[in-house]
Amino acid sequence: MKGFDVTVKDVSRVYGDFKALDNVSIDIKKGEFFSLLGPSGCGKTTLLRIIAGFDSPDVGSVLLGGKDILPLPPEKRQVNTVFQSYALFPHLSVYENVAFPLRLKKLTHKEIDTKVRDYLHLVQLDAHMAKKPSMLSGGQKQRVAIARALINEPSVLLLDEPLSALDAKLRQNLLVELDHLHDQVGITFIYVTHDQSEALSVSDRIAVMNQGKVLQIGSPYEIYESPATDFVARFIGETNLFTAVVKQCVPFGDYFLTTLDIPELGTEIKVTDYDNLPPGQQVSFTVRPEKIKITGDAPTRVGKDINLFKGIIEEPIYSGFQSKYYVSLEQGTVVKVIQQHANYMDEGPSISWQDEVYVSWSAEDGYIVEVIDS
Amino acid sequence: MNNHRTTHHTQEIRGRRLGISYAAPMGLWLTLFFLVPLGIIILYSFLKKGLYGGVVWEWTFSAYRQMINPNFLRVFLRTLWISVLATAITIVLALPCGYAMARSKNQVFWLALVIIPFWTNSLIRIYAWIAILSSEGFINEALRALGIIQESLPLIYNQGAVITVLIYMYIPFAILPLFTTIDKFDFQLLEAARDVGATKAVSILKVLLPNIKSGIITAIIFTFIPIFGAYTVPLLVGGKDSYMIGNIIVDQVTKTRNWPLASAFSLIITLVSTLGVIWMMVSTAKERARLKTPKGMVDTSEALV
Repeated sequence: MKGFDVTVKDVSRVYGDFKALDNVSIDIKKGEFFSLLGPSGCGKTTLLRIIAGFDSPDVGSVLLGGKDILPLPPEKRQVNTVFQSYALFPHLSVYENVAFPLRLKKLTHKEIDTKVRDYLHLVQLDAHMAKKPSMLSGGQKQRVAIARALINEPSVLLLDEPLSALDAKLRQNLLVELDHLHDQVGITFIYVTHDQSEALSVSDRIAVMNQGKVLQIGSPYEIYESPATDFVARFIGETNLFTAVVKQCVPFGDYFLTTLDIPELGTEIKVTDYDNLPPGQQVSFTVRPEKIKITGDAPTRVGKDINLFKGIIEEPIYSGFQSKYYVSLEQGTVVKVIQQHANYMDEGPSISWQDEVYVSWSAEDGYIVEVIDS
Repeated sequence: MNNHRTTHHTQEIRGRRLGISYAAPMGLWLTLFFLVPLGIIILYSFLKKGLYGGVVWEWTFSAYRQMINPNFLRVFLRTLWISVLATAITIVLALPCGYAMARSKNQVFWLALVIIPFWTNSLIRIYAWIAILSSEGFINEALRALGIIQESLPLIYNQGAVITVLIYMYIPFAILPLFTTIDKFDFQLLEAARDVGATKAVSILKVLLPNIKSGIITAIIFTFIPIFGAYTVPLLVGGKDSYMIGNIIVDQVTKTRNWPLASAFSLIITLVSTLGVIWMMVSTAKERARLKTPKGMVDTSEALV
């Protein structure tokens, strides 16, 4: 595995009253595709700029391959950036943009030429090298920016929301390309994005950030299935989130079957958890909409670990491959349910507006997000 | 559809006709106060000199023949030298100013500082320089008071004084166009250059300067042209070594009373200025063509790969 590992240790950065980064520590392994994910203003771009050398932290350290890089100016760091706005040099052709880093190194014309052609080939821009950036489409500009950032063979490639200016279809395609590129060059990628689906689909690991803090670091599925905080649960994907009080906790196979009292639902919910929580403990509880089953008739599957509720469809949203339903439960709370349409439907979905339905999920499909200290 | 297109077509023609009438006041102004006087100067340069000024209506090339004279040639070369040197220094000084202003948060404040000197008459400002540079001026007095010198330094009535004051007079004309172009420059390009290995200096040289070329050319033209025709500054703070074409023209009109020769010299200044403006227009047009993508030229064939 090429590339270097990046260690961010206790980094804080304050602009006036605004804490852009609040004691952030992240360990990024060499060769990893690592994403910094969070809403705008969460500090992810500030952290990227600190690693690149365009900003410096008030306290903390940044190590690249074990060496402190904070004293180095950006041009001395083995880190290259793909900028959100591409930042291509408008006065230079595609070829010269990619050759720019090499020209600074005083290589021979032949060395430069071979390498530039290699990298333009890597990003499939062979046919466009004589063009000026203004003549390229957004996706092509992005690939020029990537080639320019890679040609110096950096140890770490920083990508600052590189796909945010592109339309959805193109974004998907470039994302797959980026993933291939990462496999090909094998260096560490640090990818900044506010788009959770981008981060989930390509990253080895993700750090979810909010208000200058890292809330959770983990693999995409850890972050999705076992969110560490309410914010992470809400930010990644869609979810139903409730505050609850533990009523009872009994052993259940390898876990504990916990009964939660949820005042909002006006009822009790069963959920499995690793911990034996004491009765009276306040927690937040989540269940993802796609894990909830929705049926017209009372489901046959009943057991002590099944949560079953009756409700009325308030808002069905059909979107081709799936439908989303807002179901108003008898107790008054609305839950979101997503149903995949796996089979051919001649007459559309069987569930429609104002239908009476049953929603149910197994105790294992819910998740206790946070234990709230009181 | 066809009908609609015809309507559109007539509208366009009407628009074009109106365009001509919009331009009429400007055209009239230029004709009256630029083209007609220029015609008169061209005409006079081919006429014979009158005994007490004015012209005798007799065609001759004598004005141009008189110009080919080692003394005048020396003045011409000197004017060129002073103009080139003063312009070069002005641009070098104005570039960092424009850059700092464009990056500043208090742009209005700095702009005001650049513009406020224009509220004072230029003659008064030149006299102020005399008060600064003369042998009993501020600088000499200050140096004497500090005991650094005994004899006054020759700071005035020479080429150095002329160049200094010319730079002072025309630097705002360089700062303003540089500021407006640098203000439009995407500073992230400098970060991109640094990111791939350029030092601060190299990124400014190889990325900033090429991208603000049009502003630099405008600044050169705006300073070089007035300096090349300068007259009051060399008259008031210059000496024998700083007599310029502008001074020749005035002397030929008021003292020697050779109006055809004065006209011929005026034409030289006009010619140099015109060449400069043409250079500016050509390079701006080139740059615009380079940066603007003509419709249909955007290649989207591979956009969805």
